[in-house]
Amino acid sequence: MVYERRIHERKVPMRDGQILGYVHSTESFGAVDGPGIRFVAFMQGCNMRCQFCHNPDTWKKNVGSEMTTDEILEQALPYRQFWGEDGGITLSGGEILLQIEFAIELFTKCKKIGINTCLDTCGQPFTHRQPWFSKFEKLMEVTDILLVDIKHINSDEHRKLTGYRNENILEMCEYLSAINKPVWIRHVLIPQRTDFDNYLKQLGDYIKTLTNVQKVEVLPYHTMGVHKYHEMGIKYDLEGIEPPAPERVKNAEKLLHVEDYRGYLEV
Amino acid sequence: MKQLERKVNHSAWDGFNSGNWQKEIDVRDFIQQNFRQYEGDETFLEGPTEATTSLNDKLVDLKLRERKAGGVLDADTKVVSTITSHGPGYLDKDLEKIVGLQTDKPLKKALMPYGGIRMAKDALESYGLKLDPETEYVFNDLTKTHNQGVFDAYTPEIRRARHYKIITGLPDAYGRGRLVGDFPRIALYGIDQLVEAKLDDLDNYGDSELTSEVIRGREEITEQIRALHQIKEMAAAYGFDISEPAANAKEALQWLYFGYLAAIKQQNGAAMSIGRIDTFVDAYIERDIKRNILDEKEAQELIDQFTMKLRMVSFIRTPEYNSLFSGNPIWATLSLAGMGIDGEHHVTKTAFRFLNTLKNMGAAPEPNITLLWSEKLPENFKEYAAKVSVESSTIQYENDDLMLKQWGTDYYAIACCVSAQPVADGIQYFGARANLAKTVLYAINGGKDEIGKAQVGPAYAPITSEYIDYEEFMQKFDLMLDWLGDVYVNALNTIHYMHDKYYYESAQLALKDTRLNRTFATGISGLSVAADSISAIKYGHVKVIRDEDGIAVDFKAEHDFPRYGNNDDRADEIAVWLVKSLYTKMNRHRLYRNAKLSTSVLTITSNVVYGKNTGTTPNGRKKGMPFSPGANPAYGAEQSGALASLLSVAKLPYKYATDGISNTFAVTPSTLGHDEQLQDKTLVNMINGYMKNNGHHLNINVFNRETLLDAQKHPEKYPTLTIRVSGYCVYFADLTKEQQDDVISRTFHHSM
Repeated sequence: MVYERRIHERKVPMRDGQILGYVHSTESFGAVDGPGIRFVAFMQGCNMRCQFCHNPDTWKKNVGSEMTTDEILEQALPYRQFWGEDGGITLSGGEILLQIEFAIELFTKCKKIGINTCLDTCGQPFTHRQPWFSKFEKLMEVTDILLVDIKHINSDEHRKLTGYRNENILEMCEYLSAINKPVWIRHVLIPQRTDFDNYLKQLGDYIKTLTNVQKVEVLPYHTMGVHKYHEMGIKYDLEGIEPPAPERVKNAEKLLHVEDYRGYLEV
Repeated sequence: MKQLERKVNHSAWDGFNSGNWQKEIDVRDFIQQNFRQYEGDETFLEGPTEATTSLNDKLVDLKLRERKAGGVLDADTKVVSTITSHGPGYLDKDLEKIVGLQTDKPLKKALMPYGGIRMAKDALESYGLKLDPETEYVFNDLTKTHNQGVFDAYTPEIRRARHYKIITGLPDAYGRGRLVGDFPRIALYGIDQLVEAKLDDLDNYGDSELTSEVIRGREEITEQIRALHQIKEMAAAYGFDISEPAANAKEALQWLYFGYLAAIKQQNGAAMSIGRIDTFVDAYIERDIKRNILDEKEAQELIDQFTMKLRMVSFIRTPEYNSLFSGNPIWATLSLAGMGIDGEHHVTKTAFRFLNTLKNMGAAPEPNITLLWSEKLPENFKEYAAKVSVESSTIQYENDDLMLKQWGTDYYAIACCVSAQPVADGIQYFGARANLAKTVLYAINGGKDEIGKAQVGPAYAPITSEYIDYEEFMQKFDLMLDWLGDVYVNALNTIHYMHDKYYYESAQLALKDTRLNRTFATGISGLSVAADSISAIKYGHVKVIRDEDGIAVDFKAEHDFPRYGNNDDRADEIAVWLVKSLYTKMNRHRLYRNAKLSTSVLTITSNVVYGKNTGTTPNGRKKGMPFSPGANPAYGAEQSGALASLLSVAKLPYKYATDGISNTFAVTPSTLGHDEQLQDKTLVNMINGYMKNNGHHLNINVFNRETLLDAQKHPEKYPTLTIRVSGYCVYFADLTKEQQDDVISRTFHHSM
């Protein structure tokens, strides 16, 4: 049974005829945010409240620096010679799909000048309902690759971990597979939350049903973001949970068949 | 010009493509006609032979014992090192494929007093050894050294500038180094043909009018011929007749190594590079493989053991020297790959083989492996090099496109840490560095040293206002820079005059063309500190705090100001201006033997010592704190990420700093990517990007700060942890505590 929400049409902020984005921060040297070296714009705003999120400061919507798509490009282009054939621009978050109009405008401009585009999303806003889905289709026309975080394969557990169920997220994965859009799947390995053999196996099986996966990454949970919770006065739900042991990471990589996905090396 | 052909033993050249190299001394032409490009990957490489491993174990053990003993196991105290002073020495005669040691025992230091007898004596004494009184008498009373000559002629002004360390590291008490002999000449032609060619040069050397220049030239050529005979004699002691060309790959490596060995027996130069021999050697290896007299395992063994010899070179130094150049580097710099002028890449299997030595024998600081980088090099090679970098942090990368254009030849090599030199006919007069950060303070303090309080520079009016006015400062700084250029060039002219007179490099120069192109290498330290200080004065409204003598000892910037290292033109252009400006001022001078001026932005590990001797600077750096190394942005100045920092450094104009612009980059492995293949690719893209933006040099270190902290605490766990510092490579354990702290505190580029 598909969980559905009502779609609110967001009023898109504009300046000088361009769409404005709320940007949390940018990074000129992203080497873990898609293929090659990438300029990464971390966008502000996310609906999910993942217990392990290391950037809770990106949750709040409609705050941060307001930037036009040209301004992002202007910041990114000096680094173009570092991108080589693989690299380019990544939009990350926060949850970028909450500012889908901005993503469409930026990536459309990127494709016009031959820049590789990558979307780093957890898919939570995804829906087949209109008019949102048409926008997503439009975005996919100008997106080269996606990094998709599957937080948990079990929808109930997903809800506990993030506040939302995962059916529409998996729908997005299936849609991307259907249109054969390259994705890298990522999964954060958290002791007592996601690090269970049965769930990992289930997730591994699920990923096997997709035909567009170039890479699967297990990201070991780390505690480097905890201080932000303390600074922001938010309760941290994973207090006391340590990063997974290296053998558990290996185990997860085995159960997710990480070795089988080598498409990313051929980019 | 006599034709070479009459004398040649043709059988040694059988199987090579013919060319001009058979008519005159022309190694570059031989390479061009005979090297074979390789585009494949590293899977053909072989591991070490048992003999190599056994020899290497022995060497590693000896080196550990040497480190435990404080740096020296044994040293000559009486016999003065010359090309023929010592009989043969071996690590293990039965196992060694390539032979030859500096003295008669492995790691035993040679006595080299020609640079300066006091330095030689002090060096011995710092290790508890005593110079033989008779040798001391000979050099003190009967003859003279380079050092004595220099101090006979230095002006009081130069002495002051040296004493108060606005100019530091001058090669006035040891060999100046930085001459790359064209060592393959011995292998390709044999000594006899080289002697013939030099005799021919002597015959044609301006005998119509014997001016002092001509007389000197004739004496030098004769010295070179004498050295060639001595090299032959030295090789004979090892049982080799090198009068004829080498007949196979093993002989080629051995012959050229004898040339290098002669150089390091005669000279204790700060940098003694081996040059660019990969394509040359590859031609011999390929020929042997084709003839079925060598297989890959044996080829690798030759390269491993040749490289092992380069790992064994060392000189005995004083503690003061070691504080400047920590870890006893000798810059046996080995240049690999690069492009040809014809647009063809020079990657051969032998370039891979040299990189493979790091795997076969473990990481080591020497030879100083330098990859001549062009985007056009084959992908397989670039990725393999990056992989070796990630694993060992032992490679430096230099922009071949830039250097090829500047120097006009594809037969150049890196002569020291980072500076290029045409192998056949280029030489360089090495000249340490001037402290620009201190010059900023001299401009403010009217030429008075901020630490020694003495009047070192000219007594111009100091700045006396509470806040520094930018226009006033720039006028004073410009005058002080004039003075600095004057005193610096004068010191170097004196040094090189005396070096030629008392410590002439007859062995290396015998292996170069007689007609030389000379460059005059100056250097800059404290560039980032000076640039940020000037930016502070321009944009930050800097208040001066003075001591009771009226000397500025502290500064307070009222506003924030742009800093070099953030790809912000406001600050970066100050750094560019500084380089151009000092160059232009020095270039007004007549330079020794009509050399062409070059400069470098390079500090080796001396950035720590320069900082120690420099007071608080207007950019907020406190008295005694280290400068950043080479051309790196100042500590804490980089706020815009790794690539912004690279773009800033890349703006420094190579045209003015042809001696090299050194950038040392540290990054954590996980920042480069989540898996190894991605890390290698990221590194390739990063280097490509830097070079495409005209960056000149990049040291790449890949490790975590935690590793270094642990290595500092438990050195026994990391005996061969090797890192790159400005322009060379060093065992982390061989750095002083201060220098280790400095490396640890540098910017590590990382992300979450």
